[in-house]
Amino acid sequence: MIDSATWLALAPLLPLAGFVLLALARLPRAAIAAVGAGSVALSLAAAVIAAAVYVASPLSGAVEVVLWRWMDVAGFAPAIGLRLDALSTVFILVITGVGLLIHVYSIAFMAGDEGYRRYFACMNLFIASMLLLVLADNLLLLYLGWEGVGLCSYLLIGFWYRDEANGRAARKAFIVTRFGDAAFAVGLFLLFQAAGTLDIHELLARIKELWSVGDPQAVAAGLLLLAGAVGKSAQLPLQTWLPDAMAGPTPVSALIHAATMVTAGVYLVARMNPLFDLAPAARSLVAVIGCATMLLAGLAALAQKDFKRVLAYSTISQIGYMFLALGVGAYVAGVAHFVTHALFKSALFLGAGIVIHCLHDGHDIFSMGGLRRAMPGAGWAFLLAALSLASVPPLTATFNSKDMIVDQVWRLSGGGVLWAGAILGTFLTAAYASRLFFVAFCGPLRQQPCRKPPMTMLAPFAALALLGALAGLPDLVAVFTGENFIAAFLGRSLPALGEAHAASTSALARQALLVGLALAGIGTAYVLYLRKPGLVAWAAATPLGSSVRRLAESGFAFDWLYDRLLVRPFLWLCRINRRDVIDAAFIVPTRVAEGLCAALSLLQTGRLRWYAACAAAGAIIYLAVAVLT
Amino acid sequence: MPTVPLEYGMLLAAAVTLVGLTGVLVRRNLLLLLMSLELMLNGAAMAFIVAGAKWGQADGQVMFLFVLAVTATETGIALALMLRFHHHLRTLDADRGGQAEPPGGTKG
Repeated sequence: MIDSATWLALAPLLPLAGFVLLALARLPRAAIAAVGAGSVALSLAAAVIAAAVYVASPLSGAVEVVLWRWMDVAGFAPAIGLRLDALSTVFILVITGVGLLIHVYSIAFMAGDEGYRRYFACMNLFIASMLLLVLADNLLLLYLGWEGVGLCSYLLIGFWYRDEANGRAARKAFIVTRFGDAAFAVGLFLLFQAAGTLDIHELLARIKELWSVGDPQAVAAGLLLLAGAVGKSAQLPLQTWLPDAMAGPTPVSALIHAATMVTAGVYLVARMNPLFDLAPAARSLVAVIGCATMLLAGLAALAQKDFKRVLAYSTISQIGYMFLALGVGAYVAGVAHFVTHALFKSALFLGAGIVIHCLHDGHDIFSMGGLRRAMPGAGWAFLLAALSLASVPPLTATFNSKDMIVDQVWRLSGGGVLWAGAILGTFLTAAYASRLFFVAFCGPLRQQPCRKPPMTMLAPFAALALLGALAGLPDLVAVFTGENFIAAFLGRSLPALGEAHAASTSALARQALLVGLALAGIGTAYVLYLRKPGLVAWAAATPLGSSVRRLAESGFAFDWLYDRLLVRPFLWLCRINRRDVIDAAFIVPTRVAEGLCAALSLLQTGRLRWYAACAAAGAIIYLAVAVLT
Repeated sequence: MPTVPLEYGMLLAAAVTLVGLTGVLVRRNLLLLLMSLELMLNGAAMAFIVAGAKWGQADGQVMFLFVLAVTATETGIALALMLRFHHHLRTLDADRGGQAEPPGGTKG
């Protein structure tokens, strides 16, 4: 009989074993697929069993397992320890579940690629690192997972490394997130110095005694951790790497850059929620960043032409929603939105992968069109996922998690600008989601697909779309019963929502407003892109319109700004400092050694008589010294 | 029995050694170099004998025999080397030997 702790340890260890096997052994292709997807399937099974044990356990407990002690230096003894509570349960189930479907999808998607083994090895390593990240019981181990997923993201964005642009995108992602990671590390040092431990459970308990609300140290630690979260989750101002990260294979975008890794920041903030409760300034900043990111990325998504870039901006925007929720203290709502988002957004990406796969690697949505009739299965599934994104009831997937966020923003921040932003975000989301669907899947057929999507790709896609649509069901039940079991479950490890989020007249009015705005967004997209496409073309042709369109398409010129502000000065500095100033101090000893070497090598003439003379002179000097002293 | 004073013997030994050293330093012909080297060794050996005579001990003469044996072997090896040297380079000039390329290799 294996106990729950062992099951928990198996969840990250199995994909890790898969990675090691794939990295070391040369296997036939069928075996590679079996190991790659099989290890994740087994990991999912282990995670489900561990989660089941946890769910059945008493309310306040957590499943814990310490595998071994990592190091022990002067009272600092972080362990390789895993801890499963409600928050990490939700995350591991999403990671392994979505991960498994995407691995299955990848078997067909990557078939024929020469880097098949490398692909699955990296994907397995990613799953292992991500599980480590969300299960770690101390911040150091969490940081290990954090860097591990960053590494895998880098490796997989640059997977097709022969194209130089892909390599550049990979480096960009790595370097931009590094800004956040460095701040995160400094934050860890600060926390350790203050509390003397990095064990999450202990640390959170200790800082509550140590710091009062608004303590400058708490605010500083909160801000540093926030910087790490912002980098990983592609929020303002470090969001520029995510659209370029679409250079990787589409399943990678679905798994890493939509469902899991980019929400690591959400996990971090939710996990460290007591710290952010102690630092109201940092928490307000979370909300402001989330809101601004959501609106900017939503607008940028409206102007993209590349199928995957629309989805990338949409991801940034939806994570902005989660940050907004976290920022106002509605941690449960933020995590609930993470779950639904992971499901429907990875579904959308898998759909994009199918479309790209069947259209000779075409990415431009305006060269598509009418795909609904050419690929009905993919079309319906994509419609389902897009409706989830647009959050239209009765497909209440995101509707309820979004409704919960809007409700909490109203309750906790007293309305105002953030609330207006959240409301406006609904309109934008619906508009870009439906624009994507209308342009690519409706209208006249512009390009005949060159092949039919294989069943092994269609099935995971449809499954994820369906799951995404059904994910809101518990919330729908909650509207009638007044008891939300997801919220109740998360309440085990997160602060509960402000007040019961149940049906009342004000709630109904708010929901009606959200639905109305979503429908208005869809309607606007319908009119602009299906009924009167000339209108958009006309607007884009005017000088103002074209500059606005260009600005939005470039993601509000952040790349341009950073290029001027950071990249060019840095390159300039490198250029003028080609002969490194700091190196000068180290050049002196080198020069001295070189001079001595040259002087001594003069003695090595290769002439026998010279050597004899030297030996004789040495002997005479030695004798003279010995005799005369 | 009248004996030669120690100083005279030692001075002679030093003179012989110096003559040998001078020969080593100024000669370029390997054969003459070898002969000069023998002179130096003889000078040293003479110092042993003079010192042995002074203190009336046989050790000095034993040491001389050792030196003789070493010299004999050394000369044998040196002459063999010289034969190879001449065979390769068609000269016995020590300075040219130092600048020659080793056979079959390149200069490191």
